[in-house]
Amino acid sequence: MESVHTEQESHVGSFYSYTIGFICSIVLTVIPVAIVLGGWLEGMTRAVVLMVAGVLQLLVQLLFFMHLREEGKPRYNLISLILGLVILIVIVAGSMWIMMFNMVAQ
Amino acid sequence: MLESIKNWASDFFVTGDPLIYGADAAIIITLVAIVFVLTYFKKWGWLWRNWLTTVDHKKVGIMYILSAFLMMFRGGVDALLMRTQLAMPELQFLQPDHYNEIFTTHGVIMILFMAMPFMFGLFNVAVPLQLGARDVAYPFMNALSFWLFFAGAMLFNLSFVIGGSPDAGWLAYPPYSELMYNPGVGQDFYIWGIQISGIGSLMTGINFIVTILKLRAPGMKLMKMPMFSWSVLASCIAIIFSFPILTATLALLFLDRYGGAHFFTLDGGGNPMMYINLIWMWGHPEVYIIVLPAFGIFSEVVSTFSRKKLFGYKSMVYAMMIISILSFLVWAHHFFTMGSGANVNAFFALSTMVIAIPTGVKVFNWLFTMFRGRISFESPMLWTTGFIPCFVIGGMTGVLLSVAPADFQYHNSYFLIAHFHQVIIGGVVFGYFAGLYYWWPKLFGFKLNERIGKWAFWFWNIGFYLCFMPQYVLGLDGMTRRLVTYSWDKGWWGLNLVSSIGAGLMGIAFLFQVWQIVHGIKHYRSNMDTTGDPWDGRTLEWSIPSPAPHYNFAVLPQVSDQDEWWEEKQRRQKEGYTAVAPELSPIHMPNNSGIPIMMAGCWFLAGFGFVFHWLWLIIPGLAGVALCMLAHSFNYDTDHYIPVEDIKHTEASLRGAANL
Repeated sequence: MESVHTEQESHVGSFYSYTIGFICSIVLTVIPVAIVLGGWLEGMTRAVVLMVAGVLQLLVQLLFFMHLREEGKPRYNLISLILGLVILIVIVAGSMWIMMFNMVAQ
Repeated sequence: MLESIKNWASDFFVTGDPLIYGADAAIIITLVAIVFVLTYFKKWGWLWRNWLTTVDHKKVGIMYILSAFLMMFRGGVDALLMRTQLAMPELQFLQPDHYNEIFTTHGVIMILFMAMPFMFGLFNVAVPLQLGARDVAYPFMNALSFWLFFAGAMLFNLSFVIGGSPDAGWLAYPPYSELMYNPGVGQDFYIWGIQISGIGSLMTGINFIVTILKLRAPGMKLMKMPMFSWSVLASCIAIIFSFPILTATLALLFLDRYGGAHFFTLDGGGNPMMYINLIWMWGHPEVYIIVLPAFGIFSEVVSTFSRKKLFGYKSMVYAMMIISILSFLVWAHHFFTMGSGANVNAFFALSTMVIAIPTGVKVFNWLFTMFRGRISFESPMLWTTGFIPCFVIGGMTGVLLSVAPADFQYHNSYFLIAHFHQVIIGGVVFGYFAGLYYWWPKLFGFKLNERIGKWAFWFWNIGFYLCFMPQYVLGLDGMTRRLVTYSWDKGWWGLNLVSSIGAGLMGIAFLFQVWQIVHGIKHYRSNMDTTGDPWDGRTLEWSIPSPAPHYNFAVLPQVSDQDEWWEEKQRRQKEGYTAVAPELSPIHMPNNSGIPIMMAGCWFLAGFGFVFHWLWLIIPGLAGVALCMLAHSFNYDTDHYIPVEDIKHTEASLRGAANL
């Protein structure tokens, strides 16, 4: 059990990286809020911009606050994250494909 | 006043069925007896300190296995009731509504409350010992997982006498599980029983992945890890990715029932097919979750009892990992007949067939391990040899089912019932029995009687084939599942009678096992395992005394080989080997905690409140859960050190003073 405790100590980011992360996440929050409140973009463009901002926000959280970059080898967090994403894509895409049921037959 | 209480009680308690009155009486008598015995022998303190608050992985494992045995009894009684009803045509033994409830609870209990806890019990018993670790990575969370499972299982079982059992099948397909068609509380018991124990399963998955990745003994590279631990890793990966899907799906069903949402209803834009799609995304990985550890157990047992290194270690590792990932790509084969079109069916038929390849690799690995080995047939090996033919037949009928066009014939017939019982009993149950017999001496310090074990084994096996082989034929003859009765002119009665006799034999086999355990406890002095290595084992758990001391290893072992303990025994026999007295140092261990059982109790109350829509119970229940979390966050007294003197004392009494 000791080994787990000592390894956790090393995951501390710098003041600099936290500031960058904080600014990025603020910007990525302000943009979608502004778009929605101001009614700036329409239809598809709006949806795409909102989703892209969401994905970038996720990355910022992972890189700056969840310390994904600073992980020592072997990179279990990164591997499991990628595996999770693969399974997520399989689930979403697979469901959409399956649930278009009978459309193929029509 | 009296009248209104009477009305409420006749609604709240299940009435009208003599079986249920019998159960009511049995539950009350058992509870009174337990309380009486504990009070009379002044064992409450002992129970609390040694078991209810323990965070020791071995004791948590024993509690898991004990619960699994109780649940196997309940699920087995359900099975026997069904087989009695079907033994002859047009029997009136069970009413159709009651029959629906029984096949539902049989399925749920056997998979979620029997196979899962049995599997977690074996994880707990064996994995830290195999890895050379002193506990799991998160001992507190481990105890919490157990108690959450237990709270969920009890909540689910309570539905039998309070409120009414669920009756929509083990996966509760809508629209029948929706409020409109199923207004009773049974489905709510189903949702909350599974949700609460599901949190526990997810935490166990995380716990064992971290344990395996972080707590291996120094020198144990991943590719030197015992095969059972590999199978646990593969299984836990599938757990952490699939159980969230189950939780989300049942949460949506709960919103439909409780909040009037329309996710899976027939109107309001809902689609019941989506539920079937989602539930099988969990349901298919789930069957691999429970069977992979069984494969791991067989690998350990085959290698130990053939006195050979496991054939094709690396191919076995790859096969396990591939199965764990591929299991996420096959879910649609459970609903080929839903009408998703030929392309969808073709893809999922092929991906299903592909899984047969790594599984076949494993079977050949076991056979080649036995080839030219010095095999002995003690209980664990007996179950393994029983497993191989059974699982191969079950696997092949599975490949038949995976052919999408042919599946339109087999779907929901007794052919399917026979197939999955064959892989789950022949694979999972036989595997867990092999594991239980294998690790029993390590847990309790004595061996079980082989003679009674052989009787149990043969009753299980003969009963199994008698029960399920006729069902393949019945399925091809057109008998569908979940059928409460059938007429004389169908021509099914002969085979059904044979099947019911087989089920009875398996029931007798279970009694033999109970007898075997009782007999073992009674005569444990004459079957003591004094060596700590009763099977001439190969992995680290056999290098310590039986039963294992609560810190497991006085000195953490240094690993240099796969099958380290076997190699170590070879080294010790060589000339010029000198034993080095190990340097002891204080051992860091976690403290017991009463919070897991209290938190699970609060979850139980909240779940019960959700079932009956009692806000006055939901709120304090959930508040209790939050309070328990808060209390644990501010608890800094979580661990202690065992001084060297105590270790010396324990080791001397376990090994005999000469060895230290």
